[in-house]
Amino acid sequence: MRHIIAVLLENEAGALSRVAGLFSARGYNIESLTVAPTDDPTLSRMTLVTTGSEEIVEQIKKQLNKLIDTVKLLDLSDGPHIEREMMMVKVRAERPDREELKRLTEIFRAKIIDVTETSYVVELTGASKKLDAFIDAIPEGLLIEVVRSGPTGITRGEKGLTLS
Amino acid sequence: MALTGAEPNRAGAAEADAGAGRQLSGAEIVVQALLDEGVELVFGYPGGSVLHIYDALFKQDTVRHILVRHEQGASHAADGYARATGKCGVCLVTSGPGATNAVTGIATAYMDSIPMVVLTGQVPTPVIGSDAFQEVDTVGITRPCVKHNFLVKDVRDLALTIRKAFHIATTGRPGPVVVDIPKDVTDPNIKIPYHYPREIRMRSYNPVEKGHPGQIKKAVDLMLQATRPVFYTGGGVVLGEGSAQLTELVRATGFPITSTLMGLGAFPTTDGQFIGMLGMHGTYEANMAMHETDVLIAIGARFDDRVTGKIEHFCPHAKIIHVDVDPSSISKNVRVDVPIVGQVAGVLTEMLRLYQAQKPQPDPAPIADWWAKIADWRRLDCLQYDRTSAAIKPQFAIETLYKVTDGELYLTSDVGQHQMFAAQLYPFDKPRRWINSGGLGTMGFGLPAAMGVQLAFPEAQVACVSGEASILMCIQEMATCKQYSLPIKVVLLNNGYMGMVRQWQELFYESRYSHSYVDALPDFVKLAESFGHVGMRVERPADLEDAMREAFAMKDRFVFLDVVVDPTENVYPMIAAGKGHHEMHLSPSLTDRELA
Repeated sequence: MRHIIAVLLENEAGALSRVAGLFSARGYNIESLTVAPTDDPTLSRMTLVTTGSEEIVEQIKKQLNKLIDTVKLLDLSDGPHIEREMMMVKVRAERPDREELKRLTEIFRAKIIDVTETSYVVELTGASKKLDAFIDAIPEGLLIEVVRSGPTGITRGEKGLTLS
Repeated sequence: MALTGAEPNRAGAAEADAGAGRQLSGAEIVVQALLDEGVELVFGYPGGSVLHIYDALFKQDTVRHILVRHEQGASHAADGYARATGKCGVCLVTSGPGATNAVTGIATAYMDSIPMVVLTGQVPTPVIGSDAFQEVDTVGITRPCVKHNFLVKDVRDLALTIRKAFHIATTGRPGPVVVDIPKDVTDPNIKIPYHYPREIRMRSYNPVEKGHPGQIKKAVDLMLQATRPVFYTGGGVVLGEGSAQLTELVRATGFPITSTLMGLGAFPTTDGQFIGMLGMHGTYEANMAMHETDVLIAIGARFDDRVTGKIEHFCPHAKIIHVDVDPSSISKNVRVDVPIVGQVAGVLTEMLRLYQAQKPQPDPAPIADWWAKIADWRRLDCLQYDRTSAAIKPQFAIETLYKVTDGELYLTSDVGQHQMFAAQLYPFDKPRRWINSGGLGTMGFGLPAAMGVQLAFPEAQVACVSGEASILMCIQEMATCKQYSLPIKVVLLNNGYMGMVRQWQELFYESRYSHSYVDALPDFVKLAESFGHVGMRVERPADLEDAMREAFAMKDRFVFLDVVVDPTENVYPMIAAGKGHHEMHLSPSLTDRELA
């Protein structure tokens, strides 16, 4: 099963490599991993997406918690939550295709953020599946480049993954 | 000033006061921090990146430095010291090859959860990443085999980082911690005020202390209903200083107890309730009891593959209770029914209290029936061997060692057949007496580990049981033993083969002994003598006891006893890879009475 796990880490050199090393050393799947400092500059927040049986995901969480740099961890999949991923797509946009691409962008509520004679860069934020759908919708042969951030997530409601 | 008053049991605490607030260089901070931690011994080897630290060591005489002959020896010796004393082992090595040589010892300590702080020199911060002379990414290389590691880039972080290292290494589930210190951080010309925090709080590290009362109650309820219970205990009982509490609980319940390789001695091995080690080379009775038990009480053990055999066949009838300080040990390999995360000693005390509070006490009849069954299994006498052999049997050598030393040894071991024979046949009645590399299985561990033990306990009898293949992996440490006059006794079970490799090749590769014969062995007697020690060689069973007595009578000498043993002997019982506890190979002399 797919799990999205949020981790608050000490913002120390090497913290990211400890997480990456843990997954490779123990043979766990890792689909995506995003990390950036938080409003508290001593903390980084990491969001990782992994798949595995319940036993394996349980071990993954225990092993992540065991890392000395891990301050707090939450499996967002355990409750109601919101996931968002950001994507930039570069497409070939020559005269006959420009309208079609613009229409697609509107349907998906995406934005065109770079325009040249022959190309667009489209920015799109949403759940990962929506991003997949957008890529599928782009007419054959027009796709040049795709950049995805990997999902981040937050719980619904008042409670959050914070230190207090 | 953060530091006031001295803790009475801390050697060097007085100096701690002297050090607080003084202007110290990074190198002096390292030494002062070791003093403040109460460190008596540092095992190390100098080199370019740690020269400032060695200069600071030279100018004091409280922290004693032991010069090894190879950095692997330093990390094993610090490890052996930690295993025997329960204190944190410390070693100090230079950058690059100094650090990489220490890695085997660090990984060994990691696998067996041994508290250790490893200080490694690093090239100066401005040249880190430039492939400088003797540069290696020590933090990167050691990351998967340490509990945690640090690179100190600023001298102002040095004292706090060393304090954190000791704190992390010695609390929770212990383990090695590496502190990588670039040379410019120890610059003798840059001095800063010294403060060493006594208490430390880390928001990201809070090991569990007390077990959950509700879970403990559930566990005791299961124990009270058990008809075929077994205690299965591991190195966690030794590490968690839970030996006394375990012994009390086992005696109060009257249940049988088996132990892993790492747990031997936590409960007295000569006690009738002890049914032998379990696992791949465990006793018939211990493994059969595991197979038939209805309530398994696992304490400080981690369900290692050498213990469980094939997971699908593991304890098929049992409800499992598991007490461990490390949450990630629980249900890692085997799903358990009652997990208890907490310090072993405290949980055992609470279990005993609840068990004894139960009125009336459980009916003794089912436990008596269970013991009758175990007695039947015991009658097989699964560790028996040919006592009429003209060659010295390795088992006979271990039994003689026990007899000659009255079971009072600190016994270190290398890895292989000799290790298993010692585990089976040298009964340990106290914890921290049996010192071997269980998890990593590091050949070469025994001799340097014995140095750590002997330096910790100068008056104690310390021996290293080894094989002729293992001993050669750290043989250079005989020079260290000479320099510090360590009266260790090496008992070499010399069969000319990597015995355990040979055994597997005989059993599973149709006796194709591929590269397991150790041709061109040195003359160990002369070798020992060339290092300034006493060498002895024994070839006949009749001479063995006298030779051992003679060796152990030399109280102030290192004696290397080369015992020529039967090269064809195998370790039994044996559970082959992928088999269950009930599918043991027994000694050929027993196979006609094969298991029911």
